[in-house]
Formats: sequence, structure tokens, C-alpha cells
Amino acid sequence: MNILYDERLDGALSKQDKTNVLQQLQNALPDMTLLHREEDLRPFECDGLSAYRILPMLVAMPHTLEQVETLLRTCYEMGVPVVTRGAGTGLSGGALPLEQGVLLVMSRFAKILEVDPDARIARVQPGVRNLAISEAAAPYGLYYAPDPSSQIACSIGGNVAENAGGVHCLKYGLTVHNVMRVEVVTIEGERMTLGSEAFDAPGFDLMALFTGSEGMLGVVTEITVKLLPKPESAKVLMASFDDVEKAGKAVGDIIAAGIIPGGLEMMDNLAIRAAEDFIHANYPVDAEAILLCELDGVEADVDDDCQTVRRVLEAAGATDIAQARDDAERAKFWAGRKNAFPAVGRMSPDYYCMDGTIPRRELPRVLKGIADLSEQYGLRVANVFHAGDGNMHPLILFDANREGELELAETVGGKILELCVEAGGSITGEHGVGREKINQMCAQFQPDELTTFHAVKAAFDTRRLLNPGKNIPTLQRCAEFGAMHVHNGELPHPELPRF
Amino acid sequence: MEHHEQDNYSAHAERGASSAPARDISEALCERVRQANADKTPLKVVGGDTKAFYGRPVEGETLSLAEHRGITHYDPVELVISVRSGTPLRELEAALDAEGQQLGCEPPHFGQSATVGGMIATGLSGPRRPWAGSVRDFVLGTRVITHEGKHLRFGGEVMKNVAGYDLSRLMVGAQGTLGVVTEVSLKVLPKATETHSLRLEMTLDNALERLAEWGRQPLPLSAAAWHDGALHLRLEGGRSSVAATAERLGGERLEASFWSDLREQRLAFFGDTDSRPLWRLSLPNNTPRLAIDGDTLYDWAGAQRWLRSDAAAETVRDAVARAGGHATCFTPQSEGGAAEPFTPLAPIVAKYHRQLKAQLDPNGIFNPGRLYSEF
Repeated sequence: MNILYDERLDGALSKQDKTNVLQQLQNALPDMTLLHREEDLRPFECDGLSAYRILPMLVAMPHTLEQVETLLRTCYEMGVPVVTRGAGTGLSGGALPLEQGVLLVMSRFAKILEVDPDARIARVQPGVRNLAISEAAAPYGLYYAPDPSSQIACSIGGNVAENAGGVHCLKYGLTVHNVMRVEVVTIEGERMTLGSEAFDAPGFDLMALFTGSEGMLGVVTEITVKLLPKPESAKVLMASFDDVEKAGKAVGDIIAAGIIPGGLEMMDNLAIRAAEDFIHANYPVDAEAILLCELDGVEADVDDDCQTVRRVLEAAGATDIAQARDDAERAKFWAGRKNAFPAVGRMSPDYYCMDGTIPRRELPRVLKGIADLSEQYGLRVANVFHAGDGNMHPLILFDANREGELELAETVGGKILELCVEAGGSITGEHGVGREKINQMCAQFQPDELTTFHAVKAAFDTRRLLNPGKNIPTLQRCAEFGAMHVHNGELPHPELPRF
Repeated sequence: MEHHEQDNYSAHAERGASSAPARDISEALCERVRQANADKTPLKVVGGDTKAFYGRPVEGETLSLAEHRGITHYDPVELVISVRSGTPLRELEAALDAEGQQLGCEPPHFGQSATVGGMIATGLSGPRRPWAGSVRDFVLGTRVITHEGKHLRFGGEVMKNVAGYDLSRLMVGAQGTLGVVTEVSLKVLPKATETHSLRLEMTLDNALERLAEWGRQPLPLSAAAWHDGALHLRLEGGRSSVAATAERLGGERLEASFWSDLREQRLAFFGDTDSRPLWRLSLPNNTPRLAIDGDTLYDWAGAQRWLRSDAAAETVRDAVARAGGHATCFTPQSEGGAAEPFTPLAPIVAKYHRQLKAQLDPNGIFNPGRLYSEF
């Protein structure tokens, strides 16, 4: 079932006359960059989910807060939908434009406004790159903890919209745990401060609600993040296994030993070979799985923990354990993992990245299920896994130029996500729902739960103008999706009217 | 229909000798909510009734969750526990303790009967909060009864989950005004290998300066409070780092019970002999001493301050707001506290609070007026 916006399933959008909207916005915002020619709009037709492309009606590139307010207010009054975009690195099509909508590009909000080392916070604009925050904090011995693999390019505004994670989440949390305050403009053009520079704020925790809301509730215009002292020491162990299941069990054994590693990552053989071929990180290409375990903190504790983890890994049946000798080798070990996606990309014309999460104990069963799907559909799947926090990134290899392979990859992807939900997990750990997983949301949530989500949306955006069609599917879409997934002759959600 | 249930965690649930059997009364709770919604009858949602003082008084029929109790799932290796709201906090903590784990947020109980639901509703965290995170930071999922009496599930038992809006964390601190939280899944942490508490005589200004400096260093700090000429510190971490830091800082050894006494407000500072209202001031790190008359105890390395003061509510709130924080009055109005316990919201923020409340509880049946008079 197609994921592109379908008015029949996703709700009617108001018909807009492009010339009229352009004129109105130009009148209201004479100093704001407003792109309208096809060749100017083309670069914005997709985000990191490049298999899907739609030309936006207009692209607005404000550089002041007042322009954002006026833009939103004017669009609200005209009934024009608005899709907000940061750096465009998102993998779920959250910033996929609408033909009838304005794409609001926040990339000109790229200033670091303040780094306060004593309060241990940084105040930044949403277009600031994730890594740039840590770079600005580095002279004070501080850093911003969440580090999605795209951190050299992705913006902090997008991180807030998606509640981005990274390889250090188990110990240091997601974006929601590291953001203190956001400045927001509502679709009606009002300014609002959520959260505070203190550890809490009065009222409902709207900051938590906005984090990960995929631009559906408001537009974030400024963010205050928490900075942490850089760990004194970080060491990484790489363990090889001749069996994926043993590696999976070793992960639990490390946690059971009372250790919370800074990072704990797993790769399967296909991913290992791809990464080694690309980065030459000295990965063991014959291993069925490797675990990368980073221990960080105070030097003396890190040394103790390395000893403990080494013993645990040996007992778990690791065939080889290597410890990075210095920071250069440590960076190399990580480079293989952080470049796993492009590395796999070199093995295949196209790949499709999934983002399901599961309780770790379900790992062997889910990996087996993925292997079965891979065989059944004839598509190779490489597995990269944030093992510490149960977040899987199966990469489905395919060739879009071959008739029907993209659809096949999407089918396999959808089935993998349903496998995750069945195992008690989630369809997305950190990439977001966007348009990509809009159908799988129907597998994860019941109609009443989706109705509650729509009620939350209505509290902030009554006219459904902010990023319509993303994140939460309509019940109509789920009914249609359900009709295609008849299990044991029984439709899910039989209570819904059918089309 | 009420029924007793065979929990898959019965072994641990039975470990505490005094603990009542696990019980699932969610069907009955849903029915009560459906009825209340149909009749537009306000409900006063109650767990162990230990934190009734925290917030505005609610008029309504009591909906007690105390009988809805028991640990439904605990897998120490997954670092996750799922527990019904009526479960006593001490029962939850005992189960974690038996596995060498704990709640990172170190929540206050304020009484023997304190429940998990009360912890979620108030969102109050203890001395470890600045270093480990708050109650909401550890929430992974919830089960909630909506105004229509439907029992829904948001989030789950996995560490990372960005599908849909984060309603689970929204429920923390909402004091039951958006729905009835019946069950919660929490991330738990292993206890530190080593812990050491110490006391250093020093002035407040000196203490705040040192704390700002230490905040930028990777020290194994897990609590820091100043009062009456002394800085109290707790170190938690590996054996080596705690020993080295303890030696470096010196001072005199402090009983670990200091921290539970602080958390439970059993220190003399909180005693009944002082009739002045008690305020909780939540402030940014590195906020200097504020010019408000009264006696102040500094917790959270200065980011949470307990103030005993006769100053007018506006005076306290203005001084705190200028510093970027907010002030909550812990003394009920009936005992001389401020009329509005929580800091009033900015008009636009209040508007969206009202609209959210209207969407999730259109008949206003859940703890009306608990946080603010208008919802």
C-alpha cells in the first residue's frame, strides 16, 4: 500500500492556487526568501528517505523569528499546510513535502546563541548541526550526549522533532533526556516557551510531548540543551562470535554484571564485511557477529569495568576479544560501525534501513525471523544493532532499477516491523514514523489509541495544517491497511467501517 | 469484574512478607470512569494518599487505585520493570533491591503507603535527580484509562520508542488530570558498586563555586546539598573512582541516611516547629543566592532549594522567575500556604493546557482543579 499522501485515506487538503499563495506570502513577508520555480524547489523534493519525492508548492526560508510567526499565521489564515524541514537527513520521510503545502526550511537558524559552562547548557537555533554543539562545548570539557550517526549533518531541530538517539542512548538517554527548554511557534503564530533552564517546569510536560512529535504540534525555533562533562576515559572492546545468538546473550550478560556501557553495538557478518571493505577497521570478516562495547567514565573505573566485561565475554563464548590500544584505534573501531549504512550502500545499488526496537531477550527469535524473510523474498539483509537498547537497524539490500524490487523491499521491511511489534517492541526506535511507517502504525496501535493521538494533535493544531498525514495514520488508512493483512481469515479492527 | 491474577512475576511479588497479593481491578476502574463520564461526576484519583497535600484540593468521588497492584513483569537483564499503579513504592524498591537494582530518580515516599501511581502523578524526584534523571526520564510506557473508560497502552517496555506522541511522559506530573494511569513500565539501573557520603564545612558562596567547578568534571557525584554551613556530598560509582574522590575531597564521613532523611523531609529543617510555609524553588544550575527572606536548604547542587519563608507568594515567585526558575508551595493553603501551589502559566501556554485538557477530558472528570483552578 502506497505511503504517499492520499486524500482519500489521509484526509482532504484544501485546494490552493499557487499564484495566490505566493502573492499573499510575498506581500506579508517581502524580506523572506520564498522559492517557487521548479528548478529551485527540486532540491527540497525529499529528505533522507530519497525513494519518495514530491515537489513542494513553495519553499520558505525565513531567517528571523518574526518571519516564522508571520509565515505560520498567514498559512493558518489561508488554510495552507506547512511541512517543517531541518537539515533533511531524516530517514522516515518526516520532511517529505506536500504538493499543496509550503515547506518551511529552518536551515538559516544556524547560530549557537550561548554556551554557559557553569550552568552546563547551550542555547542554540534549530538549524545548528548536532556535532557543532559538542564542538562549541569542547573548550570547556563539555559535550552534548545524543550522537545520531548522521551527527555531522543533522540539525538539532530535526533531532528534537524525531527524538533522535545514537549509539550512547542506554547510558546517556535520547534527545528528550538532554533537552531542557524549547521555544516554539504555534500554527497560529504564537510564541510559547516549553520546559526551562531549571530541571523542571510548571504544568504539563509539553516539552516531552513536543519532543519526537515530528513537526505536528508546532515549530521549534530555539533549543536549550544540557551539556555533560566529557568522560575522562573511554575504552572500547571488540568481541567476535561464531554465532549471532551467543553475541546476543553476551549483551544481557554484560548488563547482568551491573555494567551500563557507554555504547554497545552489534553487527552481523554481512554488515561486518561491508564495513571492513569500506573502512578497513580490522574487523574480523569471518565472525558471524561482533560486539563493540565502549566503557567510559573515570579512568580507574573504566579499567575495572574492562576487566569485568572481558571475563563476561570470554564466558559467553567470544572467539576473540580485542581492545583498542589508543584513541586512534578506538575511533577506527567506531568508524566501521558509524559508516555501516554507506558501507552496505557500496554492496548494493539501494538499501532500505529499518528501525525497529525489541526487548533484547527476543533478539535470537527476531533475527531468525529476519533471516527467514530474507530467504523467502530473495533479498539480502545486513543487521546493525544498537544492542544495549534493543534498537535494530536491518538494512534490506535491493536494486530499485529492477522491476518490483522496491516494493519487495518495502514488504520485507513492513514484515520485519510487524515482527518487532509481535515481540513486544516498536516500529521505530529513533528514525520516526514520518510517511515511511505510517501503515505499520496500524499494527502497533489500536484505533482508540490512534484516536487519542488525533485528540492531542487537535489541541495544538485544530485545522490539521502542520505536517498533515505524518506520524499518526487516520482510521481510514488503517482500515484499508488492515484489509490487506487478513490474518486467519479475520480482519483486524472489525469494528471499523470498510471502504 | 475484579479478579485475582497469576502474575508472571509472582516469585518476586511474594518476597516482601507484608505485601498484599497482586490484583487487577482495571475492568472495575474502567467501569467507574465510564459512569463518571456519563454523569459528568468529578473523580478524585487516589493511591496511597501520601501526597494529597501536593496541589490544590479536589472535590469529587474517590477513585482509589490502591487495590490495583502488583509487579506484572520484571526482567532485570532488560533493565525494565512493569508495575501497577497501586503497588506500594517500597514493594517495588524491595523487588529491585533483591536484584541489585534501583530507581535512578530516588523518589520521595512521604509515607508508608506511597504508591507507584503517586510517584508518576507528582513526578517528584530525590537527591540523585540532577545526575541520574527525573521520574519522567525513566518512564518507558504506561497504561491509561481515558475519559471514555478505555484502557489504552502508550509506549512499552523498550528503551527506545518514537512511534506516536509521547503520552507516557506527558502523564508524569500531570497529577491524574489527563487520564488514570493504571500501570507503568520503568527503566531501572544497577546500584553503584560503591557509595560514600561526606560532609565539608564551607560557606554557601564557596560551596556554589565548588559545585559549579565540579559540575564540569567527570566526578562520581550523585547528591549535593548545602545547609547551615556545611556541604553534604554523596559519591556513587566504581570502587576506584569513589575511593580516589573521597580521598581528594576529605571532610568527615556522613551517614547515608542523611539522603533519605533529606528526600523524605525528615531533617530538622522540615520540622513542624517552623510554621513558615515551605517552598520548593526549581532553578537553573549555577543560580546565585536569591534575596528572599527566610531559611534555605540547597539540594541538587543548588538547582532545587527548600525555602522556609513568610514572604508573599508573588515576592518568592518574582525572585525565582528572574533567575529563570519556578516556585511551588509545599504547604497547603489550609495550613497557611499560598492559594496557588504551582507557578501560574504564561497565557499562551495556559491556552494550550486548556485545549489539551478539553481534548483528553472534555467533561472535566479527572482531578479537576488539582493543578490550576481553570482545569
